[in-house]
Amino acid sequence: MTTQEKLVGYRRDPDSHPPLDSPEYRSTALRHPTQPLTLLPHRLTEITGPLLGPGRVGELDHDLTRQHAGEPIGQRIIVYGRVLDGDGRPIPDSLVEIWQANAGGRYRHTGDRWPSPLDPNFDGVGRTLTDADGRYEFVTIKPGAYPWRNHDNAWRPAHIHFSLFGRSFTQRLVTQMYFQDDPLFGQDPIFNSVPEHARSRLISRFDLDRTQPEWALAFEFDIVLRGRDATPLEDDHG
Amino acid sequence: MAELPTTPSQTVGPYLHIGLTWDDGPYVVPEGTPGAVWLRGTVFDGAGQVITDALVETWQADVDGRFDPGWRGFGRSDTRDGGYAIHTVLPGAVPGQAPHIDVSVFARGLLHRVVTRIYFPEHEHSDDPVLASVPPERHDTLIATRTDDGYRFDVRIQGERETVFFDV
Repeated sequence: MTTQEKLVGYRRDPDSHPPLDSPEYRSTALRHPTQPLTLLPHRLTEITGPLLGPGRVGELDHDLTRQHAGEPIGQRIIVYGRVLDGDGRPIPDSLVEIWQANAGGRYRHTGDRWPSPLDPNFDGVGRTLTDADGRYEFVTIKPGAYPWRNHDNAWRPAHIHFSLFGRSFTQRLVTQMYFQDDPLFGQDPIFNSVPEHARSRLISRFDLDRTQPEWALAFEFDIVLRGRDATPLEDDHG
Repeated sequence: MAELPTTPSQTVGPYLHIGLTWDDGPYVVPEGTPGAVWLRGTVFDGAGQVITDALVETWQADVDGRFDPGWRGFGRSDTRDGGYAIHTVLPGAVPGQAPHIDVSVFARGLLHRVVTRIYFPEHEHSDDPVLASVPPERHDTLIATRTDDGYRFDVRIQGERETVFFDV
């Protein structure tokens, strides 16, 4: 028996994700495949993935408020949670990358030129590794909303971009975390591209217990990557 | 264990560069590695325009077709210079499959990554089960071409000669 015979693939989760063709989000028009996707049964390349270790993460990469000489302007927040698989198992030692706008809704990016100031003390970039229980924690400032040109008077709700690797190529996920009760949800085609029943999974939860008195508000955001199939992969290696 | 519903995907948006680019991102293997090649390509939209705000990520076996601990196997390159470039070695054959590289493409306007595979022109493909699942007239969208310093593999998100994308 080869090692491969015991390997296990991942469950598919099409009901969780937005359709690639989402006309309300105009940029999808020329950026979605028109041919149907070809089903790829999982084999060794799909169930393995990069192990991107501590060498990728600097000492202050998890604290976006301490990366410059001074502190950034804005509401200081703690964003924490667990990275789990679809069976509730924690995913330890896994790279989490985030990026975001500053408190005024401006990104430190040459392409972002709307008239809201940059903050000299805020880059809006963070990295960390999950611990043995799949936990991660960032300290940052609450991002502001910002305008874009998708439709008349379009504004993105405040959000933080998240990039997750999990354990395998198949588990790779890039998403956005939002904040409860954002009045901009109703007109945002990116948030609303997600099937209605799944949208709440993108919204962090305010947590008074973890809020630090006279310091920072806390928001919990658990991320669930795909779980494993119940049965091992068939031996199709000949 | 109870099944948990997965977190939905969202687009990387136009500002992915601040969060997702690394200085050594393109280097699956370091410069000077014997047999190393540059894998380069352009990502096109449905109007044939070059997409300059995409991110291409690659995942592959080592030269022996293995995924041993310590093997990085991973590359990432943005396309702001008009294309992507990954410095790597040709993967060996994983048992039962022709040598291949799994590829993810992220971009503004892509609410979920799209996934494709790169195969190489000098290998035998007739027994590969993944290529066998693709109509023969579309195989060429999955096979890189030789260049002076490696290979070229363009990605056409939509339209004429649209790249084959996989549901993983």
